[in-house]
Amino acid sequence: MDVLQLIVSGLANGCVYGLVAMGFVLIYKATEAVNFAQGDFMMLGAFICLGLTNPQFMGLPFWVSVPIAIGIMGAFGYALDLVVLRRMFGQSQVAIIILTIALGFVLRFVAGLIWGHEPISLASPIAGRDVRFLGVVLGLDEMMVIAVTVVLTVVLYFYFNRTKLGVAMQASSQNQLAAYYMGIPVKRIHSLIWALAGMVAAVAGILFASKGSIDPSIGLLGIKAFAAAVIGGFGSLPGALLGGIIVGLIEPFSGRYMPSGYSQIMPYLLLFIILVFRPHGILAQVHQKKV
Amino acid sequence: MTMTATAPVTAAGTEVILSIQNVESYYGPIMAIRGVSLEVREGQIVTVLGANGAGKTTLMKTISGVMDPEKGKIVYQGRNIAGANPDKVVRAGIVHVPEGREVFPLLTVEENLRMGAFTRSDTDGIRRDEEMVFSYFPILAERRAQAAGTLSGGQQQMLAIGRGLMGKPKVMLLDEPSLGLSPLLVKEIFQIVRRLNREQGVTMILVEQNAKVALEVADYGYVMELGRIVMADTADRLLQSKDVQEFYLGMQTEETQRSQKRWKQKKTWR
Repeated sequence: MDVLQLIVSGLANGCVYGLVAMGFVLIYKATEAVNFAQGDFMMLGAFICLGLTNPQFMGLPFWVSVPIAIGIMGAFGYALDLVVLRRMFGQSQVAIIILTIALGFVLRFVAGLIWGHEPISLASPIAGRDVRFLGVVLGLDEMMVIAVTVVLTVVLYFYFNRTKLGVAMQASSQNQLAAYYMGIPVKRIHSLIWALAGMVAAVAGILFASKGSIDPSIGLLGIKAFAAAVIGGFGSLPGALLGGIIVGLIEPFSGRYMPSGYSQIMPYLLLFIILVFRPHGILAQVHQKKV
Repeated sequence: MTMTATAPVTAAGTEVILSIQNVESYYGPIMAIRGVSLEVREGQIVTVLGANGAGKTTLMKTISGVMDPEKGKIVYQGRNIAGANPDKVVRAGIVHVPEGREVFPLLTVEENLRMGAFTRSDTDGIRRDEEMVFSYFPILAERRAQAAGTLSGGQQQMLAIGRGLMGKPKVMLLDEPSLGLSPLLVKEIFQIVRRLNREQGVTMILVEQNAKVALEVADYGYVMELGRIVMADTADRLLQSKDVQEFYLGMQTEETQRSQKRWKQKKTWR
């Protein structure tokens, strides 16, 4: 029954891609800029949690350091928007994209300075344990990743559809000017969305670190998550998650059933096919923007 | 009502709720409004007429705080609100219903209305106002769970006005509510605007290119040209005025016909 194992490990990877992709979509929808440092946000979140938890650093209990790490990443996202990105208001989107690429480099080297460039593993209580299910051995860490992603998705869904602030975030991403007319503080909403993206990235990072060792270059998986966001439909949160899961599933199956090397190409091949035949992505949220 | 220096009382006894004094606003280096002054009395419908590019929308944006004036004062209930952020202006009771409707296309009708009440936190009052909006626009109640982007143009305009009402405005800035609507719908919407003014006591500033309908509902009118106010009078007198009739209502008197013919002849050599 190694198909089931492939599915579970693919889903687990896919959930991490999906969460990073959701970070891309959150920021794109709100500010129409792409945050290419989203993968590095994930890396930073993972390392902050690792720094708080691991005995060679601060040695806090895992369940204490998780909320602290998420909180720190939220504050980091908020401050980044407040201090840096708000000054870029009115600049072209290319400038913001290049800024985030540069930010990614900075984060990678800062993390390397603090925690070193060698792979380390997070002292997570769920890492490396197995569960037996229908006679198949599955990793507890992988099951946890899937469960946490499901819970987080439900929480985000309710946040965006049931709370006033969540609906206001949707409103200001759909029509910024009208939101401004309604007295919605659009700038603060932008900062809050960066905070949210930071928090989601932290969750993704902690989940990723629970599955194996991490080093400061893991943020580069953000590129795969970006592909996932485009496949799912840039601008749709469920689409981002779906795209992430598709990319996550494609990798182990093509690794198993195709000649070696193809598993790395497949996500991008799929991206290529999607862009040709369904350029808005699978779950496209298309509404014409009036000029 | 008490009399203050900034809020003089007219013969009719209504107070000046909003007074704009020598306001100048720029788009970059271009001066879009060049020293505009106007007064709005409580409970009135004041219309601002003018052609494209006359500066009407800029004036509205300057009042609602989306644009900051370079010079001049905007005195609302005795306080200068020039340059205040839109959320402050909305909280103070001035709501801008923008040109081109600008609804939130993927939110439902109900969510759109709730966003209009973003600055408020009185849950009961919000629910009551929502019922009030539905009583004026029954079609919105029918479509309350539908995405606003799927509504027709007229329904979207109703939603935009309804959403504005949810901010509990004392003064509503209505920017071109007739834009792109059929004459029948225009009539319907203007009837509701007048009812809102009479029944809810909302003071209205109505920006229009459709001068005829605007002057029919308004109490007072201003005419703008190239960023300046060129005429100001009661709506009735503006309707009678030769210049307004010729340039904004497209009416032809004998005199204007003759002058137009001459003007046409002059132009034929081009």
